[in-house]
Amino acid sequence: MTVGSVETRTDFAPFEARLGDGILSRDRMVGMPVFRIKREAIADALRFLRDEPGLRFNMLTDLTVVDCIGLHDGDRFDAVYLLHSLERRERVALKCPVPEEDPFIDSATPLFKNADWLEREAYDQYGVVFRGHPNLKRILNHKEFVGHPLRKDYDIYKGQWLSEADDLLDELEIRHRLDPKPRSSDRETMTLNMGPSHPASHGTLRNLVELEGETVLYAIPEIGYLHRGFEKSAETHEYNQVVPYTDRLNYCSALINNVAYVKAVEELCGIEITERCKYIRVIITELSRIMDHLVCNAANLVDIGALTNYWYLFNLREKIYNVLESLTGARLTNSYARVGGLWADTHPEFEDGVKMLLKETPKHVNDTLKLVARNRIFLDRTVGVGAIGTEEAISYGFTGPCLRATGYEYDLRKELPYDGYDRFEFDVPSGHQGDVYDRVMVRFAEIFESCRIVEQALAQMPAGPVNVEHPSIIIPSKKETHGSIEGLVNHFKIVMHGVDVPKGDGYAGIEAANGELGFYIVSDGEMKPYKCKVRAPCFQIYSAYPRLVEGGMVADAVAVLGSLNVIAGELDR
Amino acid sequence: MTDQKGKGSGAGADRVATGRFTTDEIPPESVMLTRLDAALNWARKNSLWPLPFGTACCAIEFMGMVSSVFDLSRFGAEVVRFSPRQSDLLIVAGTVTYKQAPILRRIYEQMAEPKWVISMGVCASSGGFYDNYCTLQGIDKVIPVDYYVAGCPPRPEAVLQALVEIQNRIVANPAPR
Repeated sequence: MTVGSVETRTDFAPFEARLGDGILSRDRMVGMPVFRIKREAIADALRFLRDEPGLRFNMLTDLTVVDCIGLHDGDRFDAVYLLHSLERRERVALKCPVPEEDPFIDSATPLFKNADWLEREAYDQYGVVFRGHPNLKRILNHKEFVGHPLRKDYDIYKGQWLSEADDLLDELEIRHRLDPKPRSSDRETMTLNMGPSHPASHGTLRNLVELEGETVLYAIPEIGYLHRGFEKSAETHEYNQVVPYTDRLNYCSALINNVAYVKAVEELCGIEITERCKYIRVIITELSRIMDHLVCNAANLVDIGALTNYWYLFNLREKIYNVLESLTGARLTNSYARVGGLWADTHPEFEDGVKMLLKETPKHVNDTLKLVARNRIFLDRTVGVGAIGTEEAISYGFTGPCLRATGYEYDLRKELPYDGYDRFEFDVPSGHQGDVYDRVMVRFAEIFESCRIVEQALAQMPAGPVNVEHPSIIIPSKKETHGSIEGLVNHFKIVMHGVDVPKGDGYAGIEAANGELGFYIVSDGEMKPYKCKVRAPCFQIYSAYPRLVEGGMVADAVAVLGSLNVIAGELDR
Repeated sequence: MTDQKGKGSGAGADRVATGRFTTDEIPPESVMLTRLDAALNWARKNSLWPLPFGTACCAIEFMGMVSSVFDLSRFGAEVVRFSPRQSDLLIVAGTVTYKQAPILRRIYEQMAEPKWVISMGVCASSGGFYDNYCTLQGIDKVIPVDYYVAGCPPRPEAVLQALVEIQNRIVANPAPR
C-alpha cells in the first residue's frame, strides 16, 4: 500500500487485532502511516510495535506534542510518537489525543531510554504530564519559568528572568534513590560542577558530577543554556524565512540543516526537486559533513591534549570555508537551500574549488592520522573509554557515527536513499565496541568516503535548472517579473504570502554529520509552519552521557563528551 | 632607597633611582623614561588574556580566529583562559539566554580588574533575530560592554579589529582602570 510518498510493506493486522478498540482511526502523514490511538493504550501499543517479530519498530525517532487549538475542535493536544524499524527500514507514527483539563499520558521511559529527555522536553514546552516518568522536570527552560512556551497562547516575546542557576541537587537525590551505588565507606565523595563555562563543555553544557577520588559516581547533565526558541520562532516566520534559523541549529555543518529542513517542506508539498539540484545538494552536504567531522575531531583531540591536530584540521576547514563562501556568500551560516531548489546555481570556479578540496582533504587528514592513529597516549585515552553496545545505543536513539561506532552499519544514505545517494559508490565505516576511539576513527574514515561521493557527484553532475518550475514555490526570474503579468502576479504572491504548503503534516529525516536529522512539520495551510519540530541527533545521544561516563575517570568524561559531537545549537534549539 | 633620596639633582630623577645606582651612574642609552601607568598599559595591551564565553555559532568563528590562518597570537592575545581569575578580556561569543544570564554575570564579576568585554555577534549584542521568550536581548542588560561586533557570525577580521580597538583604548587610557 502507499501512504503519503512512502510505500509501506508492513502488515499492521496483528497490531490492529491486539489494540482493538484502542485504535481510534487510521490516518496518514507524509513519510509514514499513522494510527490515532487512545492514550490508555499507548504503553501497550509501543511495546507491541517494538517487540512483535513482524513489526520490530525498535527506535523511537522522536516524541513530541502538537497544540491542536488552531487545527480542530477535538482534544487540545496530540502526543506524537515517531517510530522507526531499523532492520525493516519502515516508519510508523502514533498519535494520542490528550485533553487540556487533564493532560496526562503514560510514560514511555520503561520502553525507550531516549524517552526520558524527549518527555521532559514535551512537558516543559507543552505541559503534558507523562505518568511514571522518574524525573519529570523542565529541561530546556529554566526552573523559574512559568507557563509552557510552545502552547499557542504563550506570547513569543514574553521573556522571563532567572535569578540563580539550578543547583541540580534534587536530580542527584533522585539518582541516589533509584540507582544506589556501592561506595567505600572511608572516602568522602565530592560534587563538582563541570560547565557551563568550561574548556571541554563545548559551548554550554553543564554537568554536576559526584566523584569518589577521580572516579565519576554520578553525572547529572543540565542542558537548555542555548535554548533560543527555534520552534517558536519558526512558527512566526514564513517557510523560507526559517532557513536562516536552521543554519544555527548545527552551526558546524549549516548546509546540511538547510537541506534537511527544505526537504521536509518539499515532501509536505509533494515536490520533486531537479536533478542538478540533487547533485549540488549532495556536494554541499558532503563538504559540510567533512567540515563537521573536522571540528568534532579537532576539538575532541584538543580536549585530550593533542593540540597540533587542531591546527592541521582547522587549516583544511578554512579552505572549505573559502569554497563555500564563494558559493553562498557566508563562511559559516550559509542559508543556501530554498524550498524547491537553491538560492542560486553554482558558479564556474566552484568546480575548481571542490577539486582542490578533494586533493587537499586526504593530505590534511592523513597528516593528522600519522600523529594520532598509533599514538600511545591517544590510544590509552580512548580505547575502551565510554563504550556502549548496539542494542543499548539504539534504545538511547543513537544514530550516525555514534551508532556506527558500535559496529552497526546503519546510514540513512544507504538504507533510505534520498537525493540520489543510491547512485554513488561509497562504504559505511563502522567500529567494533562503540568507544571513543571508534567514534573518532569512524569520523575520520567518513571524511574519505565523503570525498569519494563528492568526486562522483562532481563528475556526473548534469546541466539544467536548479529550481523546480512551480509558480507557487519558486520566485520568478527578474525577466519574467518585469516582462509578463503572470510573472509579476506570481512574484507578488510569493513575496506577500510565501510558499504555498498544503494542509497536513509530515516527517523527513536525512543523514546529517551527527546522525539522523529530521523535521516534523505541521502545516495548517497558512504561510507559516504551524509547528516545526527538529529531531536533533545529539539531543538523544547526549542523554546517554551519564551511562557512558559513570564508573570511569573524570578525565575520561572529557574525552567522551568530545566524541559525542554535542552541538549546543541543535541540542537546545 | 630613603638615604639615596637627597643625592640626585631633582625630585623626579630621584624616583628613577634604583637601590644600587643613582641616575648619574646609569648609562643613558639603557634608560627609557615613562610613566608607570603607560608602562603597565603597554604590557596589558600586548598580553590580553581572553576568556571565550563561547555559547553558539560565534564560538566556531572564534576557533577560526585562533587557528593559524587568522592567528590571534599576532596580537599577543592567544593565551586563552577559561578561568575568569586569569583573564582580562571577556569575549562573549554567541547567544546568551535568560538561563545563561546569571552565569555570565557571575563570570564577569569573578574577573579581576582591569577587564574589558567584547560582545561578538548580533546575538550577544542585541539578541539578533532571536527575539523571543528565551533569549536575552543583549548582554549589556547584565554586564557592561566595551565593544560590539556586528555580524552573524562576524568574520574573524571583525573581531580582530575589535581587539585592536580595545588595545588602542588601553593605551589611550591615562590611568589603569
